[in-house]
Amino acid sequence: MGFRQGHVWRSIFRVGLPSDRRGRLRVVLANFFLHLHPTKVPRSGIRLTYTFCLGGLSAFLFVLLTVTGVFLMFYYVPDTGRAYADMKDIGYVVPFGRVMRAAHRWAAHGMVVTVILHMTRVFLTGSYKPPREFNWVVGVTLLVLTLLLSFTGYLLPWDQLAYWAITVGTNMAAAAPVVGHEGPFGHPAGARVDSDLRYLLLGGTTVGQNALLRFYVLHCVALPLAAVVLMGVHFWRVRKDGGISRPL
Amino acid sequence: MASDADARMDRREFGARALRAGWWTLAATGAAATWATVRFFVPRATYEPPARFVAGRPADYAVGEVSVTHLAAQQVWIVRDEQGIYALVAQCTHLGCRPNWLAEEQRFKCPCHGSNFDRSGKVIAGPAPKPLRRAAISLLRDGRIRVDRSEQADLAEALHRPGFLLTAEAIAQAGA
Repeated sequence: MGFRQGHVWRSIFRVGLPSDRRGRLRVVLANFFLHLHPTKVPRSGIRLTYTFCLGGLSAFLFVLLTVTGVFLMFYYVPDTGRAYADMKDIGYVVPFGRVMRAAHRWAAHGMVVTVILHMTRVFLTGSYKPPREFNWVVGVTLLVLTLLLSFTGYLLPWDQLAYWAITVGTNMAAAAPVVGHEGPFGHPAGARVDSDLRYLLLGGTTVGQNALLRFYVLHCVALPLAAVVLMGVHFWRVRKDGGISRPL
Repeated sequence: MASDADARMDRREFGARALRAGWWTLAATGAAATWATVRFFVPRATYEPPARFVAGRPADYAVGEVSVTHLAAQQVWIVRDEQGIYALVAQCTHLGCRPNWLAEEQRFKCPCHGSNFDRSGKVIAGPAPKPLRRAAISLLRDGRIRVDRSEQADLAEALHRPGFLLTAEAIAQAGA
């Protein structure tokens, strides 16, 4: 009896190599990684020039960002006294550190581009129309999460660009209506310099240690978790709303 | 029989009320937990330097000087001219970056978007919509200067409202 008929092999792969349509279908259904994919794809649905695989590229970049981001976390401490030096060490001391950081940085820029192009494609092919209208809303939320991930990651190098960019960005929050202490209706709504949206974002009134820690936690934990959940919903809805949209 | 039923709650009524009370308790607990979670992220103490601080004595500042002594910790320039001493808030009125004082050009320049201010805080160039703000300034009894960053005024207000300029006379009177 060969290894592939043995207990160990069969405990991992429930279904043997498929030889017919039903077998191929079972392989996809029984596999965790493959089940994200539909069991059948229409020929027109895989035409590259229709989707340009832009959603898939965005998801791929997200995975790349997660992997390289976790790598960077091994050398980076979100402490105002050493964050900048850690970033420099990653670039000059850590073996292949510069490659990892550059990959993370370029993938982040790239993901903003592919997400926007993906939305453009969905718009131009009318793929936002019923029954897919709710998935467009999920997609817009994912765009916002992508931008927030970029914004929170911007502070982490703790250089002059990072510091003043976040100063400017959070001052905009202070000027937001109602929730910002300098914004319209902010004062009557009770927003003060130590109780408004900027204070909540920074954990203080200026960009300091609290702000660096908050942005770090949001960047590495809270926002990626939210993105993963919404991406799950997004892919699920692609399947449930009639599969990938395709030329009529 | 009928009066009995009126006075005593039947089981159905009791169950309905208990359920209602349960839902309300759950809703109240949820609301309290939500409030507590939001409140958790608004710290009580930030360990930032206090907004009111003592900035030395008038003699520490020469006429014509723009002092950066308290810039790093307090984000304030102490400026002395013939009229007296005032405290400029080192926050660009455009988007809140910290301008630099360039002594050779006699102007403040903001590195973020290029706004320029003169030594009184007036906008000379760039996107800043308003002059630099001023912080309240006063003399303590012992002759030292106190600056209060929590009380600020824009230029027009600071020029006529007392408390935003240590006049030369007040400094002379204090003998400092």
